[in-house]
Amino acid sequence: MKLNAQEQAMLAGDLGEPRRWAIEHMMRVGRFFDAPDFVEVTQAHIMADTESLGEAGVEFLERMAALPESERRVRIPMITDPRGIDFCHYKRLRQTDAMAALEQRAIDAFESFGIMMTNTCINYQTIMPPVRGEHLAFGDTGVVIYCNSVLGAYSNFEGGPSALAAGLTGRTPRYGLHLDRNRRATKRYRVGCQPRYLSDWGALGGLVGARAGSYWEVPVIEGIESLPGSDEMKHMGAAMASFGSVPLFHLVGVTPEAPTLESVCDPDALAAETIDESDFEAFFARYGDKGEKVDVVVFSAPQLSLLEMQSLAELLDGKKLHRDTDLLAVTSPVVAADARRMGLVERIEASGALVLEGMCFYQSYAREMGEANGWKRLMTNSVKLTNIIGGYGYEPTLSNMENCVASAIAGEIV
Amino acid sequence: MATIELSCHVGVGPVVSGEALVTDDNFSARYDLDRIAGTFSRPQHKLAGQSYVDKIMVFNTAKGGVASAWMLHEMKSRGIAPKAILFNNVNPILAQGAALANMAMCDRFNDGDVTQLIRSGDRVTVNPEAGLVTITRD
Repeated sequence: MKLNAQEQAMLAGDLGEPRRWAIEHMMRVGRFFDAPDFVEVTQAHIMADTESLGEAGVEFLERMAALPESERRVRIPMITDPRGIDFCHYKRLRQTDAMAALEQRAIDAFESFGIMMTNTCINYQTIMPPVRGEHLAFGDTGVVIYCNSVLGAYSNFEGGPSALAAGLTGRTPRYGLHLDRNRRATKRYRVGCQPRYLSDWGALGGLVGARAGSYWEVPVIEGIESLPGSDEMKHMGAAMASFGSVPLFHLVGVTPEAPTLESVCDPDALAAETIDESDFEAFFARYGDKGEKVDVVVFSAPQLSLLEMQSLAELLDGKKLHRDTDLLAVTSPVVAADARRMGLVERIEASGALVLEGMCFYQSYAREMGEANGWKRLMTNSVKLTNIIGGYGYEPTLSNMENCVASAIAGEIV
Repeated sequence: MATIELSCHVGVGPVVSGEALVTDDNFSARYDLDRIAGTFSRPQHKLAGQSYVDKIMVFNTAKGGVASAWMLHEMKSRGIAPKAILFNNVNPILAQGAALANMAMCDRFNDGDVTQLIRSGDRVTVNPEAGLVTITRD
């Protein structure tokens, strides 16, 4: 890789050990993907829950965090993805003190880097939405696909170590989606029916993601007649990234790089696959049957927007959950503060539900929580969550928010 | 005794040798593994129940979220990890994870589908720097 004088100084260790490690780490990754050089980035976002960090990952952070301040401070605004613990509620969720202690160590390390603990996977709705053409080093696949697709920003999936390296150096290797040639559509889908609920938008994302199936494919979608809002895009993108490792999609006439089909592909050279009603029906049919007991209803992955919190409060007004069913609503600290100020949290929790902030259900030792609370049958409107949570020993059921709430009240799938 | 050489893109990590464990299935560190026991735990995975410890693993591609970038490092720190992972095509997350863990990883083989070229039980040497994988079989 071609290095400028500043990058060479970092590699030589002149700017301290953390930046030396960071530039060397990114050179290894850059060489793997044939990056010619580095590209400067304006924001970094780190995914580093303690379940995946483990003791070894936390010690890695702590070693670097113990170095002099001038060496360890990040050079660009850097924020965090959801944590694994909501310190106000972890005992009620039957998470352990050992989990909370490891979490606190990770937080202390992040803060010593100058990283802002935003604890959110909806930073594009709540913190600082990127602008078109902005180069970023974002973690969380849902964040990356939204910022690339809906906002026209440029980011690869940056795992925790690479996001930290980008924060320390203000740059990332120029490969993948930082290059315009990799943003052209390679797969084309024509949708024959219109999504209605957020869960339908998620299902569309899941269907497209599963078919495209690779980080190196870019789907373009035609046939959508309505204009999806931010929450619709959020659910669709998160599901697409989860089912297919896909980091970018184009929606013809909607997303900024695809005002027309011709702007992202040669339509004569790229045949369209159809996604119709029967594909959606088959997608929903794989998850659970009416009448089965529901242990827990979870709204999470991605965290709820303020508008989703309002919808949930309206659905729960005057209602009580079934005594054998829990309901968790997971949101960001920013949204939680607003929702609390506006009385939404109180309305949601009056039903017996619990509002959690700054965490994400599946990044929070979901297996241990499930075993400790007797949660097996999980119902959600998040297609992303249904895709992931089976691996943690749950049986997921997918439906829209209205049906999920009705099922939490009935104690069984309605 | 036959020796076969495969060339691939330059990878990351040290030169390692070991026994191959091969599948045409995909790989996620987060969803497919019991990382304490060192086995494939997701029942639907084609290697369910088998140990990956000290193996040269061969998969089609990588799946799953960004968490995997930390997990290879965590697995290696406890000594319950594969020696190397080979793919037809890997995503950035796993490559970043291998770079952090200093675990051998290669992809983009010039000779075709690596999940067909290497067989479980083969003795394999991986040289990521040279982009070279050597197979020895009886």
